[in-house]
Amino acid sequence: MSALEPTSPGAWPGVAWALRRDLKLALRSKAELGVQLLFYLIVVTLFPLGVGVEPTMLRALGPGVLWVAALLASLLALPRLFASDFSDGSLEQIALSPYPLPALISGQILAHWLTTGAPLAVLSPLLGLQFGLEGHEAGALVAGLLLGTPTLSLLGAVGAALTLGLARGGALLALLILPLYVPILIFGAAAVGATHAGMAAAGEFSVLAAALLASVVGAPIACATAVRIALD
Amino acid sequence: MTSINWFRYASPVSFFPVTRRLARGFGVAAAVFAAVGLWLGLIVAPTDAQQGEAYRIIFIHVPAAWMSMFIYAVMAGWAAVSLALNARLSAMMAQALAPTGALFTAIALVTGSLWGRPAWGTYWAWDARMTSELILLFLYLGYMALRQAIDDPRRADRASAVLALVGVVNLPIIYFSVVWWNTLHQGASVSLTAAPTMAAIMLAAMLVMAFAAWFYTIAVVLTRVRAIILEREKRAAWVSEFAEAAR
Amino acid sequence: MNLAEFFAMGGNAVYVWSAYGITAILIAVEIVALRARLKNAREAARDMDGDA
Repeated sequence: MSALEPTSPGAWPGVAWALRRDLKLALRSKAELGVQLLFYLIVVTLFPLGVGVEPTMLRALGPGVLWVAALLASLLALPRLFASDFSDGSLEQIALSPYPLPALISGQILAHWLTTGAPLAVLSPLLGLQFGLEGHEAGALVAGLLLGTPTLSLLGAVGAALTLGLARGGALLALLILPLYVPILIFGAAAVGATHAGMAAAGEFSVLAAALLASVVGAPIACATAVRIALD
Repeated sequence: MTSINWFRYASPVSFFPVTRRLARGFGVAAAVFAAVGLWLGLIVAPTDAQQGEAYRIIFIHVPAAWMSMFIYAVMAGWAAVSLALNARLSAMMAQALAPTGALFTAIALVTGSLWGRPAWGTYWAWDARMTSELILLFLYLGYMALRQAIDDPRRADRASAVLALVGVVNLPIIYFSVVWWNTLHQGASVSLTAAPTMAAIMLAAMLVMAFAAWFYTIAVVLTRVRAIILEREKRAAWVSEFAEAAR
Repeated sequence: MNLAEFFAMGGNAVYVWSAYGITAILIAVEIVALRARLKNAREAARDMDGDA
């Protein structure tokens, strides 16, 4: 072996390894994944029950409600990200592995998103029907959620790592993370609103894309730091 | 078992005696500036042409809002130092700043709401600055809640430092997105914090009150960090010595 | 402005004085709570010396 060859595996294999592992684990408990989607469905259904079914009002409320419900569903799923690994000691093993920790965490977050945010985004047009969302608006909703939910997972992962193993961690996680979600909510809902008003939502989508890029770069590192803090 | 690092005043041992004198001095300065500021604001400053007397609330509201943001930035600064140097005292400074920051945020929200009612007819108008201030309150409370929830002081230091840094990076993003959201939903409506065209005396009063708030913050934070040092370092031999001697 | 006008604050007395009053109360609460905290911390530290 030449002395110039890297002695530790690189980042991308780490991402792939963690992605495969976490997807396998997640798909073992399909019921859990179903529960999260059901939660989304139920929360969305609660709003018309609370505010009434006047069509113009529902159309105005729709984007916001669908986005807020997506935020809450995302929060619900987050503790699952590291908690079981933390409690059985595998998180420590992961941190000790030769792969760079931010890469591994990226893989875990990607697996998490594929099993929570992505299905939610795909399901959303169906729920949009409840609020009278037209075709192009539903398209803006799906596109926005596809761009936005990964950011929610990335930011949420930082919160999940900070609150690892704490009592009532779920409620604390919500308090920590929801303020950070506000920009995603604002631009995601506005994208649908703009489409409803007949305008292209290019600006809103650009912001969501920028937020995603920034999170992809920053969140895994912050998350890895937080995981090491929790493990020490 | 206390590790003493020889950065002057960077160890709790050497910092502790300094805090008391400084806190006293800044406390006195705060009281003086507050007295002058209140006199300028309540008595000297003239009645405003558009808002009458109710505008006088700004002499508390604006300095409080400024302090709420300034303290968060300073807190994040100490958090960054504590992570970079793994220094306990820096983390204690961040810990000491949070409650006062939250207090000023609450004062800004309450006084802003009370100003909004006579000036614009509503206690809460969802304008950009007040909404951002509310989110800032959540950020402070989240920081304090995270600290509280973690038993191990060093883990609490580091975790809350990461949170503070994530918060300070996101704060401008949150603020600008709220401003954008506000223009979207309210159009060119009145900004609740568009101050009346300022007579120089009004600006002077606001600045004096801002200094008063700043000196008050320094006095309170130095006192709080004294308490924190005693609480956290009480097993160290030097502490009981100071506890005996200090009043 | 005479004293009566000062307290009336042009009809907005309740808002202005509530604002100043609540602020004063909040500041007072912070100071009092902090003094209590410092006192407790000092006493706890003194007690530790007895155990050492």
